[in-house]
Amino acid sequence: MPELLGKDFTPPDIRGKVTGAAKYAEDFRMDGLLYCRLLTSPMPHARVLNIDLSKALGMEGVVDILTADEVPEQPGAATNILTNEPHFVGEPILAVAAVDETIAQNAIEAIKLDFEPLPFCVDPLESLRPGGPNAYLEGNAVVPRQGVQEFKWTAEDFEAAGEGELPMGEPTAEWSYGDLEAGFSEAVFTLDETFVTASNSHHSMEPRTALAYWENGKCHVRGSTQSQSFVVPGLANYIGIEPENVVYVAEYCGGGFGSKGSAYPTMAIPAHMSRKTGRPVLMRISRAEEYFLGSARPGFQGRIKMGFREDGRISAVDLYIVQESGSNGGGGDMGAAASSVSIVYTPLAMRYRGISVLTNTPPRGAQRGPGQNQIAMAVEPLLDKAARQLGIDLVAIRRINAPTNDSRYGANRQPVTSAHLRDALDIGAEQFAWQERRARSGQRDGSKIRAVAVGQAFHSAGSSGYDGLVRITPDGILHIHSGVGNLGTYSYASTSRVAAEVLKYDWDNCEIARGDSSLGLPWNLGQFGSNTSFTMTRTNYAAAMDTLSKLKEIAAMEFGGSAEDYDISGESVFNRSNPSRRMSYARAAQRAIELGGAYSGHTVPDDINPMTARAVAGLVDTGLIGVARDNMGQRGMVPALAVGFIEIELDVETGKVEILDYLGVADCGTVNHPQGLATQIKGGAVMGFGMACTERLIYDNVWGLPGSVGFYQAKPPSYLDVPSEMGWAAVNIADPQNPVGSKGIGEPVMGCSAAALLCAISEALGGHYFNRTPVVIDMIVNAHSGQPQSHTPLQVNTQ
Amino acid sequence: MMKDMIPGFELIQPTSIEGALNLLEEYGENGWALAGGMDSLGWFKNRGKRPEAVIDLEGLDALKGIDETADGIEIGALTTLTEIELNPLIRERFWLLAEAASKVASPQIRNAGTLGGNLCQDTRCWYYRYGVSCYRAGGNTCYAAAPEALNREHAIFGASRCVAVSPSDTATALVALDAEMVVRNSSGERVIKAENFFMEPAVDIMRMTVLDPEDLLIKVRIPNTWTGADFYFEKVSDRGSWDFPLVSVALAIKSTGDRIDDARIVCGAVQCIPRRLRNVEAMIRGQGRDEDTAAQAGAMAIQGAKVLNYNHFKIPLMENLVKRAVRG
Repeated sequence: MPELLGKDFTPPDIRGKVTGAAKYAEDFRMDGLLYCRLLTSPMPHARVLNIDLSKALGMEGVVDILTADEVPEQPGAATNILTNEPHFVGEPILAVAAVDETIAQNAIEAIKLDFEPLPFCVDPLESLRPGGPNAYLEGNAVVPRQGVQEFKWTAEDFEAAGEGELPMGEPTAEWSYGDLEAGFSEAVFTLDETFVTASNSHHSMEPRTALAYWENGKCHVRGSTQSQSFVVPGLANYIGIEPENVVYVAEYCGGGFGSKGSAYPTMAIPAHMSRKTGRPVLMRISRAEEYFLGSARPGFQGRIKMGFREDGRISAVDLYIVQESGSNGGGGDMGAAASSVSIVYTPLAMRYRGISVLTNTPPRGAQRGPGQNQIAMAVEPLLDKAARQLGIDLVAIRRINAPTNDSRYGANRQPVTSAHLRDALDIGAEQFAWQERRARSGQRDGSKIRAVAVGQAFHSAGSSGYDGLVRITPDGILHIHSGVGNLGTYSYASTSRVAAEVLKYDWDNCEIARGDSSLGLPWNLGQFGSNTSFTMTRTNYAAAMDTLSKLKEIAAMEFGGSAEDYDISGESVFNRSNPSRRMSYARAAQRAIELGGAYSGHTVPDDINPMTARAVAGLVDTGLIGVARDNMGQRGMVPALAVGFIEIELDVETGKVEILDYLGVADCGTVNHPQGLATQIKGGAVMGFGMACTERLIYDNVWGLPGSVGFYQAKPPSYLDVPSEMGWAAVNIADPQNPVGSKGIGEPVMGCSAAALLCAISEALGGHYFNRTPVVIDMIVNAHSGQPQSHTPLQVNTQ
Repeated sequence: MMKDMIPGFELIQPTSIEGALNLLEEYGENGWALAGGMDSLGWFKNRGKRPEAVIDLEGLDALKGIDETADGIEIGALTTLTEIELNPLIRERFWLLAEAASKVASPQIRNAGTLGGNLCQDTRCWYYRYGVSCYRAGGNTCYAAAPEALNREHAIFGASRCVAVSPSDTATALVALDAEMVVRNSSGERVIKAENFFMEPAVDIMRMTVLDPEDLLIKVRIPNTWTGADFYFEKVSDRGSWDFPLVSVALAIKSTGDRIDDARIVCGAVQCIPRRLRNVEAMIRGQGRDEDTAAQAGAMAIQGAKVLNYNHFKIPLMENLVKRAVRG
């Protein structure tokens, strides 16, 4: 039985967060610090013709101004650090450094800019029309391996679509498997539905502030990112230096939700400004700026045809997605959405087509469940529609289509490491008293209708091949070096405990080195994609196993025999046949230093990443070094699967939805940190409720202006919009390809709650399917009162 | 375009009402009376309003507190919304106002926000707040009324070039309670019916209330007229907290048995001012307080509504809210 894994503990960064001692990027101050503010584009697409800085540079307290010509230009459809051709309202054009922020902002007002407005586009479908506007001068679509191209559908493509149906011209991405035609012929019921899922902002509580200074040829940056080591190469590239010359500190992150997984362009501005001025520079990003230039989840305009057999089994799926990719090409959401359909519903045959279209709106990037959660919101209510038609229970229709360990994933029909969605459905149905509650679903009391529903979601949740690094110092302390980052889930800590478990350490004698690359941090994947629990348990396991081998070898050298003769207990290594031959870890660490070589980091395995090698080089002779690449191998994709059960009350007179109860169930392998998992399930549910119903990301299509640039306008859910208590459960079946059975879970726990809520709303409205998210109050009121909706079926930017 | 960086200004902190009034007169259009700051600071941060001098009223203790008078109560304009929400006298006699105050924004905002500020706050039309040069900002167009504009939150009544609505939750309650606003300037004091306190765009498109730059709202008087009446308040918004109404309703109603003797009913967020439904009040007087009367009231409430592109949902929503209020 594990001593540490599967148990709650107090992660070491909690105290600082609770007391306020935690230092986020904007909490740092330095002598001679300059403050930087951005002049951003007032237009959705324009060319800067002339910049007159003379007045601003002459203002007292203004130190310098950085323009686009002084920073590396980014290729293709990417957000630039600074630009003379802004592609969205709020894109940074230049930066001003001054002795305080007010002076910097005053200087910005004194800068005279001449713009040439350029054509712009905020609706992908409009851009695809013959002669439609392009977001870039070069074109409107990001074509794989070809960059930005002009891509138009024909008038016939548009005419071929019926009223309110998504036209389906030539895609830029396509795959299929199975016999689609046969699948649809086999179907007794076929849906063909057009849907829209709106973009939504990331709402990170901590805006993307950064501070930078240069010292001895190295650039020190304090930033706000989810990830640690993974950020460094990208940041170095934005600064224009080698990764080894970046010292990166990101001990805390006030929320990223995918938008701070990797380096992002604006975080390099203080570094460039600091290099130019020779002084440290802090650039705080304001709440409004966070909405302008932060990031957003790509929206979908989609169409799905689904064929169902009589028993509810999905025989064929034909999916088309037009992805709104903002000003930077977005991410891989549409492909991820398609792959998600392939595994959550395991259709017998499937075709996917998609096209990613640029618009002059904020950059798009991964947001919790990128693609998977949008498609969960679109498809799950349709599953209910089919179930109603076929007379099948809502859990049963999910169960019959759910993946198993033998299921295959995506275009390449990859195997999966483990999939227990059916177990999750069964556990949830039992704990939520599904049958009992379903009996009252649809009951009306006055103007309120009760509804009970279920939703599902998926995300691939694990990777491999990264490095682990741990160290036992002569004081006996185990230092677990984690380069993953600290998104706020505490998984950096829970995965570090694997090393302590392997080495049978008292957790009080362990310290996690993290948050500052100068501490010697290994090359790890970023903290995104729900991967940490799988990926980092493996790296820490690999490093701990290396440490264990070295401990045994050192003991064998000391006491004789071979390493296999030794075992560990009580933070010491001993001879199994003669336990009195025992050496404490502290003593072994001292011996490692004396022995040198691989024991104390003088040599490292050939296959570790250069970043890890540099980390070890900085730790040489500080103790026993355990370092290894995760070479355990991985066959197939690691599925994180989640189910949400919900009961709501919908007031048809006001459109208000009250969530009465919610239960989230996770298939995340063996539960490593129960409290952390509970928080993920509940926090993800809250975020999902917002994405499904309350959030807004609106754009004026005529002026290209964003209308949701503050918390009160963008409307993430508040504490009164969610139940004060929610339930959680886990399947808790070990994944066979992880040494401690772990899989990730962070993302689908959002998608399943959003899907469940949308399904419940449709249920309450007697089977009215909006095919559009978010479902906001006006839509519910219009639906119930028999009025048409304000928007047309394919319209975007209205919610 | 949002700047999120407050520009410099002269901050003056008077210690007497007279001092504050003199300052308001001295600075005129260039002065700004600051109460809780919940609206003001947003404007300053966005550099959308740039007063030369900010006259901080925080030190004026005479404007804080709730007092019982011979014929009702008086509430100082600087009384916080939390105090109003929790005050036993208000809860007992004028629950309608306590309830409306409790629905404002969030606990933090109610702790800092004042009654005066809530009544005098500017509209939340997103185009106007964004900083476009619209009629209300001194320009020559209304972005929100344009053919493709996103105007879900905007007016269905009383639009005149500008289609913005009153965002105040307490305003609807105070009009329903037949309150009076006590307004003072350095020349003297005047008392204005709550119903006449708010400004229609047809009269002055750049103001939300009748206050001139040198005027200060001193206190709000609520007569005992509606003490003991039944009240109904409901606000529908996208979120349960920190949100402005899509439509709200405030009702004060007196009945004998099930017969309605008198009522005042006011809707918020459907017009630039709190919309008093005089026709509904007249129609329900003498009627039974039942489903039929409620349905008639709802149907009458929406007569004359004129919708924009995205706000026709407000018609059934307003009808339903009025119906619910009358139904009780």
